[in-house]
Amino acid sequence: MTMIFGYPLPALLSQLLIGLINGSFYAMLSLGLAVIFGMLRVINFAHGAQYMLGAFFAWFLLRYFEVGYWPSLILAPLGVALISVVLEKVFLSRVYKLDHLYGLLLTFGLALIIEGMFRHWYGTSGQPYSIPSVFTGALNLGFMILPIYRGWVIVASLVICLATWLLIEKTQFGAYLRAATENPTLVQSFGVNVPRLLTLTYALGAGLAALAGVLAAPIYQVSPLMGQNIIIVVFAVVVIGGMGSILGAVVTGYMLGLVEGLTKVFYPEASSTVIFVIMVVVLLLRPAGLFGKE
Amino acid sequence: MRRSRAFDATVRQIARRYSAAGVVAAGLASALPVPAALAQGAVSDGIVKIGILNDQSGVYADFGGKGSVEAAKMAVEDFGGKVLGAPIEVVNADHQNKPDVASNIARQWYDVDKVDTIMELTTSSVALAVQQLSREKKKINMVTGAATSELTGKQCSPYGFHWAYDTYSLAVGTGGALVEAGGKTWYFLTADYAFGHSLEEQTAKFVKSKGGQVLGQVRHPLSTSDFSSFLLQAQASKANIVGLANAGLDTSNAIKQAAEFGIVEGGQRLAALLFTLAEVHGLGLKSANGLVLTEGYYWDLDDKSRPFAERYMKRTGRMPNMVQAGTYSTVAQYLKAVQAAGTDDTDAVAKKLHELPVDDFFGRGGKVLANGRMVHDMYLFEVKKPSESKAPWDYYKHLATIPGDQAFMTVAQSGCQLAN
Repeated sequence: MTMIFGYPLPALLSQLLIGLINGSFYAMLSLGLAVIFGMLRVINFAHGAQYMLGAFFAWFLLRYFEVGYWPSLILAPLGVALISVVLEKVFLSRVYKLDHLYGLLLTFGLALIIEGMFRHWYGTSGQPYSIPSVFTGALNLGFMILPIYRGWVIVASLVICLATWLLIEKTQFGAYLRAATENPTLVQSFGVNVPRLLTLTYALGAGLAALAGVLAAPIYQVSPLMGQNIIIVVFAVVVIGGMGSILGAVVTGYMLGLVEGLTKVFYPEASSTVIFVIMVVVLLLRPAGLFGKE
Repeated sequence: MRRSRAFDATVRQIARRYSAAGVVAAGLASALPVPAALAQGAVSDGIVKIGILNDQSGVYADFGGKGSVEAAKMAVEDFGGKVLGAPIEVVNADHQNKPDVASNIARQWYDVDKVDTIMELTTSSVALAVQQLSREKKKINMVTGAATSELTGKQCSPYGFHWAYDTYSLAVGTGGALVEAGGKTWYFLTADYAFGHSLEEQTAKFVKSKGGQVLGQVRHPLSTSDFSSFLLQAQASKANIVGLANAGLDTSNAIKQAAEFGIVEGGQRLAALLFTLAEVHGLGLKSANGLVLTEGYYWDLDDKSRPFAERYMKRTGRMPNMVQAGTYSTVAQYLKAVQAAGTDDTDAVAKKLHELPVDDFFGRGGKVLANGRMVHDMYLFEVKKPSESKAPWDYYKHLATIPGDQAFMTVAQSGCQLAN
């Protein structure tokens, strides 16, 4: 058997693939954060709560309306986007003119309230959500067993990331958005409704988080804690990639998933800290992040 | 700058005035005659305060959490709300699974808030820290939520008691049953802190003593959500049994993901070494069925266990597990001990707690050893298939009862030096 650094090659390959799967979630979540920060200049701490809401939305639909996985992939993000529109209109739109800190505190408070309510209603051991029947089972790749559902997650996240990138870089809507970020007053004077554009952007970011939540529901317990567990890592990803850089968020998400996967082979105890070590190093050497503009 | 200096001066002035008032008050108090009941020193400060300190928002919030607080309140109500004529109060706080947070709260409770005893203490690292502090402050602590047998082992305390279960009883119960069923080779997935280490070590020891073999282990941080890479390592080890030396949401996630990777289909068996009714409920019978687990209490065990559970259900909407039922038992026993001692003085109550037999719906024919361990029967259960479950919360099949003297270590085995 081929060995690398004293570890069998198949073991390394399988951990890399696992890293890619986790990276898919990091990429999808940091993508939404980057979109929101890039356009609204708001550090959306409620992102983890919106991810959790997406998963719970799917669970509600299945439990009470017997609506399955596929419709949930559309309905849950739409539902969470609607909730987020209300949050943006009522709360967030009032802090755009203030320092970043206010947006951060506001969304952090909202996250605490939302997660606290769900913890009160549903406890922390989570609710079960089964894997859709098309995706049950696993493929034997020779070097590892790959659950089919996890394969689907990688494909879905790549598609989602690419679609979002195209939407912002290549469409009329995206052009408005980017222009509004550069100079809102000028864009408004051309007759574009900038406040509505911002609302839509926030809804888009939140919807992306919810979509990741639905994808995560069959893998993890649907629990009020699921957002908290992942959001701090996602923030580190965004900081490493460069705040507001969409490409940076996606690439860094996958990359850090891989690094984390490898850490789990060589020194599993450090797997929850390795990302923060990288963050510290990046902040010291390149404060704007790997893909950020200086 | 000017303003802050003026502000400081004002604060200093106020502080001075009030400290003077304090001295005056203390002088007055010492000069005044003390009321008769207090002079006899029956109950210090005229109130018995019981603090429930546990995880109320993290991975173990369903395992103990607010449910334990409710159980403690029920025990106080059943006792009549008063002991030796003094009112009883239950206070509670969330320690977030952090020993430093827990120690600060415990210090505040003992020093300022006049709390007499701290109980529940889910999370081993927290329980060890608070037990150490309680010993320094000469206060009684009674643990139900934490697992490590160190609490009554090398780190035992004359004022520390350990109630519902411990890592040794889980190793003997679940570990023993699976070794007997042919699980000769083991691979551990271990939570990387005091509890996981202790549970892994004791189970491994037990497996080896029965002729089994441990092929390896991997340590994961507390509250990990993705277990896939650890599960792959366990799968590659080809061990008969994958021992999950973790708890709460961590174990639920590990079991759920093990199904994805076809671990059980591949012929390996999962041993959830610490798994209770709360986690079975969260995971659902579809994923949990067939698991063998050890608990010190099951609501539907018999006529003696049911009445408490049904009352608890009415108040909380859930059935209790061994941590919550055990917390009821510790509060009830503490109050009995205060009553029997005729005082809430720590030494006198601790002496009574060691002497009095435990006999309630939880600890049947239980006794407290010199190291503080409450010895009672433990039960081995198997989780039912969805088709076998006839009612909500009808989750367990009773496989065996493990007599108390087999389920727990003797004082000599425990390594506790107090008894000598």
